[in-house]
Amino acid sequence: MLILTCPYCGVRAEETELAPGGEAHLKRVDPEGSPEALEEYLFHRANPKGVHFERWRHAYGCGKWFLAARDTVSMEVFGTYPAQISEPPQELIDTIRARRPGWEPV
Amino acid sequence: MSLRLSQGGRLIDRSKPVKFSFNGKALSGFAGDTLASALLASDHMLMGRSFKYHRPRGVVARGHEEPNALMNIGAGVFFEPNQRATVTPLREGLEAASQNHWPSLETDIGAVNGMLSRFLPAGFYYKTFIHPRPAWKHLFEPFIRQSAGLGKAPKEADGDQYEYLYQFCDVLVAGGGVAGLQAALRTGREGKRVLLLEQAAVWGGRAISDGDELDGQSAEAWVAQAVAELEAMANVTLCLNVVVSGVYDHGYVLAAQALPDHLPGGESPRERLWRIRTGKVIAAAGAIERPLSFAGNDIPGVMLAGAMRDYLADFGVVVGPRSVVVTNNDDAYRTAFALKAAGQAVPLIVDARPECDSPIIAAARAAGIEIAFGSAIAKVEGGKRVTGVQICAQNSAGSALREIACDAVAMSGGWSPAVHLFSQAGGKVIWDEASAFFRPDATRPPTGDDGVPFVSVVGAANGYLEAAQALADGAGEPVPDGVQAAIAAVWRMPAEAPAKLREKTWLDFQNDVKVSDVQLAAREGFESVEHAKRYTTLGMATDQGKLSNINGLAVLGDALGREIPQVGTTTFRPPYVPLTLGTVAGEARGPLFQPLRKTPMDAWHDSQGAYWEPVGHWRRPYCFLRGDETPEQAVAREVTNTRQNLGLLDASTLGKILVKGPDAGRFLDMLYTNMMSNLKPGRCRYGLMCSENGFLMDDGVVARIDEDTWLCHTTSGGADHVHGHMEDWLQTEWWDWQVYTANLTEQYAQIAVVGPQARAVLERLGGMDLSAEALPFMAWAEGELAGIPARVFRISFSGELSFEVAVPAGRGLELWQRLMDEGEALGVMPYGTEALHIMRAEKGFIMIGDETDGTVIPQDLGLNWAISKKKTDYMGKAAQARSHMTDPERWKLVGLETLDGSVLPDGAYAVGAGENAVGQRNMIGRVTSTYHSPTLSRGIAMGLVVHGPERMGEVLEFPQISGDVIKARIVSPVFFDPEGERLHG
Repeated sequence: MLILTCPYCGVRAEETELAPGGEAHLKRVDPEGSPEALEEYLFHRANPKGVHFERWRHAYGCGKWFLAARDTVSMEVFGTYPAQISEPPQELIDTIRARRPGWEPV
Repeated sequence: MSLRLSQGGRLIDRSKPVKFSFNGKALSGFAGDTLASALLASDHMLMGRSFKYHRPRGVVARGHEEPNALMNIGAGVFFEPNQRATVTPLREGLEAASQNHWPSLETDIGAVNGMLSRFLPAGFYYKTFIHPRPAWKHLFEPFIRQSAGLGKAPKEADGDQYEYLYQFCDVLVAGGGVAGLQAALRTGREGKRVLLLEQAAVWGGRAISDGDELDGQSAEAWVAQAVAELEAMANVTLCLNVVVSGVYDHGYVLAAQALPDHLPGGESPRERLWRIRTGKVIAAAGAIERPLSFAGNDIPGVMLAGAMRDYLADFGVVVGPRSVVVTNNDDAYRTAFALKAAGQAVPLIVDARPECDSPIIAAARAAGIEIAFGSAIAKVEGGKRVTGVQICAQNSAGSALREIACDAVAMSGGWSPAVHLFSQAGGKVIWDEASAFFRPDATRPPTGDDGVPFVSVVGAANGYLEAAQALADGAGEPVPDGVQAAIAAVWRMPAEAPAKLREKTWLDFQNDVKVSDVQLAAREGFESVEHAKRYTTLGMATDQGKLSNINGLAVLGDALGREIPQVGTTTFRPPYVPLTLGTVAGEARGPLFQPLRKTPMDAWHDSQGAYWEPVGHWRRPYCFLRGDETPEQAVAREVTNTRQNLGLLDASTLGKILVKGPDAGRFLDMLYTNMMSNLKPGRCRYGLMCSENGFLMDDGVVARIDEDTWLCHTTSGGADHVHGHMEDWLQTEWWDWQVYTANLTEQYAQIAVVGPQARAVLERLGGMDLSAEALPFMAWAEGELAGIPARVFRISFSGELSFEVAVPAGRGLELWQRLMDEGEALGVMPYGTEALHIMRAEKGFIMIGDETDGTVIPQDLGLNWAISKKKTDYMGKAAQARSHMTDPERWKLVGLETLDGSVLPDGAYAVGAGENAVGQRNMIGRVTSTYHSPTLSRGIAMGLVVHGPERMGEVLEFPQISGDVIKARIVSPVFFDPEGERLHG
């Protein structure tokens, strides 16, 4: 059962307090988008063995949505960060690179 | 015969006899006994029948790993199946019964399976019974169901209490043997907050029974001193009878505590589930002895060597006066010494190893015990108990060199470290060739959220089997070399055993898996260990292969020509031992299972005959029963009265979400399919909400409160979800939009005042002008009614003149009471959810969850009028343009009228011409809502039908399971008042 630190209220929240929200940093495709882009947005999700960026809501805490970078195999958490951002912060990328040499963001 | 010796047994109190029963027979043991030890002491070696062949089985092990001695314990609400007799403490009045036999344990008809064993090989379910087809249903399945399976499922709800306990610590030490005590002492002295848990009722693990010497002291003295020091430390908590059952991500641990002084039905809980969050786990779970694979190794009287000396040391019980020891390692020699010391005969130690030497072997020689090196048991003689063994050379095909009469066989195939807790959270194990076991790989441990290892292993669980080694490893000191001679890996005994021996050589006692079954699985292509496990059932059920796994892997590897490390292990999953469901549920049962939400008028409803139904977490009146009415009669009365006079509905559960801010209109335009930004203050509009996939998710009336404020009504069950959905988009997509949301559902009580007399009753309350001119349909107004601040929405979900009145929650009951009082002369009656449903169906209004199921888009329901043509974007718009969503073959909403006026079954399918690819009738539609309409005195239904709206008047066929066919005509879904005149009053 995971522990993730909510970046808003600072609570080290355990999984029972959290609601999962799937892959982070999806780019919404509006009706102007191509069918291929829409299909990608609606249905295709990354399922990496290793570093993954995902959405969580501190549902039974402050109620805020936040983002987390986590290793899906070892369960190591590289960091959590507020959701108001379209790409992972550079500092977090650097942290992951340092701990997972050879890893590159997709 | 098995019996209790006149002395010995460190755990029993011979001054306290305890009466119990086994298969109805009255027996007696002593306080401190387990059920297994008490049965052995009474010469009950036969404790059950095996799963598949119904072979007679006796106890094999001492602890949780026991595969055979599974019992039904207790009766009625205290009945529990599959309890391991080896860990069931004996208590006064205990009722135990053996399992899986008919008609009796001694005479079991199912044992004929054993004779048919050639026809019941691995995977026999999948092979033998396929043809002829009808035979499966009528012949094979009833027989297999009758003869297979372990304990019986309890028929009544568990009568005992259970509870949770929450613990937090720096270090959790799992296991209170020598290594665990050492680890707790070390970390406790460092000042860490330590939790030390032991599954048994006593400290010290095997050390005391084995008579080890530790730091120059007897094990008994050393353990007592260690426990005393730990008990004196304020930062250490230690507890017996708690089994650590699972280690999960990020230091989460579950453990189950059996309360030994609990009596069935007592006021204290029977078990506690410990929910622990720890910084580190030190697993000191010890090791589990392996059986040897020789023919007849499952006959009662064949026991693990370690278990045999436990029964002697702990309970003063022996299986018989003459015991042969068979081993591939030094440890089993201790059993020979223990038996000798207790005055029992050990005619022979059969040692599969070539002649070797070590201090214990030398001691055996000195004691005059005969040792046959390089030897094996070819076959155990006996049926319901051991009568003798045939001895052969290990490197042979099993031709007997001699026969020895004996009552018991003590076997040891070596010890496997209990790596379960380490593996469960992701730790990897490595094969230790020299020791012939998997041990934890310290370089690949489970890691925590910080990426740092959080589980370490000490003692026997770490592969250090000797007491002196465990002592050092637990203390974190360098581990000395052992003094025992090396084990020899012996996976089959004898090495060249022919088929007729292999077919009587059991690997997994509980699941009746033999060496020949695993070899067959390999020949049939089940090369992955995970596949072979499921095909043969090796390592499944209550013991989860604690005895059988390694032997099974070795046989599989041998059959595939692979080494054990290449075969790998199956996955170790929690729980380590079976948990009773009651323990997992804890107090979350009955009224505490989930919260119950009540409206402010709940008590009034309850006192007026409310017939409740759950709606989400709410309870709502389905109807209000009067006199000896049936619910159906009450519902019909409520519908008719509301349509003719006046009805009141408690609509407080309706979701009410306030959306406010400069960008609120823009946001709602994205959220709803229709336009909300151009709604005028003081007006209402019905809105549809879709997911990004285009599917209809929720609906409700939106009211504009002022320039930058909207109030969104949602379905009763959908309020929290819709609020979460709004917050998701505001926080993670449009975070620069200035919008604030608040879920006000519980802040307001809401009452629907419905029917021809609706306006009249509100005017009697006084305070607001609710005339058609002042408050037209789909408008709302704020004011005071009967002195209560109120918002009145003129909206209708029934087709009648209708006002929904929202007041502060605390004044809801007062308003309800006033409406009942003032309405009395007007014929007021409260109505429930079923009348609401019927009235909406009579009007053809859709209901989320009936007409929608997550695959339905608004266009399917003829709701195009509620979808904006002007907007360039809204949630789900892009998806609704996808080819499948615009396919003219999609099923569309229609009304359905049975030709005979009857009520269609809910969910019934209409069939069309032809068949589909698997030979079923093609389906062309289904019923989504169906009711008896009291207004129309006939059955009415709504459904989704291919090309439905273009087929008005057509008659569809709905076949029933009975074979009958119900015919129904496609009609408009608006059954009543299609012109909509009634809602003007």
